Amino acid sequence: MSHHGWNNRPDDEVRKDKYESFETTVLPYLNSAYNLARWLTRNEHDAEDIVQEAFLRALRSFDTFTVGRDARAWLLTIVRNSCRTWHRQNRSHETTVEWDVDSQPTSATWSDPEAMLIKNADSHLIGQAMEQLPIEYREILVLRELEELSYKEIAQIVGVPLGTVMSRLSRARKELYIRLCQQTGEMGR
Amino acid sequence: MSCQKVSEFLDAYVDKELDVISSLEFERHLAECVACRAKYDQYRQIQDSTKSRLRYFRAPEEFEQRLRAHLRPPERYQSSNIRREWFPKWRPWAMAAGVVAVLLFTALLLQIARRPSPSDMLAQQVVSSHIRSLLANHLSDVVSSDQHTVKPWFSGKLDFAPAVKDLSSQGFPLAGGRLDYLDNRPVAALVYKRRQHTINLFLWPSPILDSGPRTLTIRGYNVVHWTHSHMAYWAVSDVNAPELNQFAHDLQD
Repeated sequence: MSHHGWNNRPDDEVRKDKYESFETTVLPYLNSAYNLARWLTRNEHDAEDIVQEAFLRALRSFDTFTVGRDARAWLLTIVRNSCRTWHRQNRSHETTVEWDVDSQPTSATWSDPEAMLIKNADSHLIGQAMEQLPIEYREILVLRELEELSYKEIAQIVGVPLGTVMSRLSRARKELYIRLCQQTGEMGR
Repeated sequence: MSCQKVSEFLDAYVDKELDVISSLEFERHLAECVACRAKYDQYRQIQDSTKSRLRYFRAPEEFEQRLRAHLRPPERYQSSNIRREWFPKWRPWAMAAGVVAVLLFTALLLQIARRPSPSDMLAQQVVSSHIRSLLANHLSDVVSSDQHTVKPWFSGKLDFAPAVKDLSSQGFPLAGGRLDYLDNRPVAALVYKRRQHTINLFLWPSPILDSGPRTLTIRGYNVVHWTHSHMAYWAVSDVNAPELNQFAHDLQD
C-alpha cells in the first residue's frame, strides 16, 4: 500500500489488507490443517478438497477472527467441521460400528511383551492401527500427539467439555495400543 | 492419592494437564508406590514411542501452490491505485459481456457465411438433378435429335415454351428432352451430347432479364449459368469447362 489517493476504493483496500493479514496469520498453519484432514479422511485427495474448502471458509469468515486469538486452533476448528460435513455426505467411508467413545476408561495395564510390541511398532503399523479407530479417537490423537494442543484448546475445537477430552483421549490411546498389540500377531489385553 | 486415582490421572499427568495440587499428590504417590511407579514408566514409554512414530502429513508443495493461487484475490486488488482506477468493479463483467457478444457475432457471421446463397443452393440442385438423370437412366422422355420433335413435346406440359436449338454442327448434337423439377417448379431439361459426355441444359422463366454467364464447379461437374430474355439457363456436364463454355456461347448465338 504505497499511495492513499482520494480515489482509493475502500472495499478493495479492505479486501487486500484482509488477504495479506490472512496470509500471514492463517496460511502458515496449512500443514496442521492438512495433517488433520488427511488423518480424518484417510486419503490425500479428500484431504486436499477439504483443506481447500476450509481455507475458503476461513477467508470468508476472517472478519470474525479476532487478532490475538490462536489462528491454528481457529483454523483447525473449521477443518474439523468441514471434515464432519464431508463424513455426513460420505457416510459409507466411516466406520459403522457404534462406539461409546466417551465411556469411562478402564485402567490399562500391559504385560512386558505387550509393552514391547507397542513400543516397537513402526509408523506404518501405527498408521494402520489409527485408521481402524473411530473418527473421534483419530481426531483427538492428532490434536494432542501431533499438534500438542492443550486439553482446553482441544475442548474448544471438538466442542466437548474438558473432562470429556481427558477421558476420550485416555480411551483413544488405549484403543490404539490394543490394536498395535493385535496387529503384531499377539492378542491384546 | 489412591492407586485408582493415579491410573485415572495417568494421561493428564503425562500431558501436564493436572493442576498443581493434583500433580504434587500424583508424584508423592509414585514415590511411595512401586507398582504405580512401574506402571507410569511403562505408560510413558509406550506413549512417547507411539507419539514419536505417529506420522505427520505435510501438505504437498504442489497443493500448497494451487491453494495459494486459489485463495489470492484477483490481481486488481493487489495492484496500484492507477491500475485499479482503470479497472473499476464492473470492468471484468463488461469485458466478459463484450467477449460473449463478439463470440456470438462471429458465430452468426460464420453461420451466414457457411449458409449457401440461394443461387449456390440452386446450382447444387441442378447438379443433383443432372446426376440423378444419369443414374436413373431417365435421361429423356422424348428421344430425338430433331428440335422440331423435342420442342412441341413440351407444349402442354410446361407454362412456357423452351427454345430448343440444334447444335449438332457445333459438335453438340441434341439427344432429347424431359421434364424436371427445380427451384420449386417444373422445368425443361434438354439433353445434348458431346462425344460420350452428356450435357443437361435446364431452363425456366426467370425474373431477371439478362445476366452474363457464370461458371462454377460443383462436385467435379462444370456448371454454366446465365439468363437471357427472362429465361434462366443452367448447363451441367462432366465435359471440360472450355467446352461447356463453348456450348453456352453457341446456344446464345
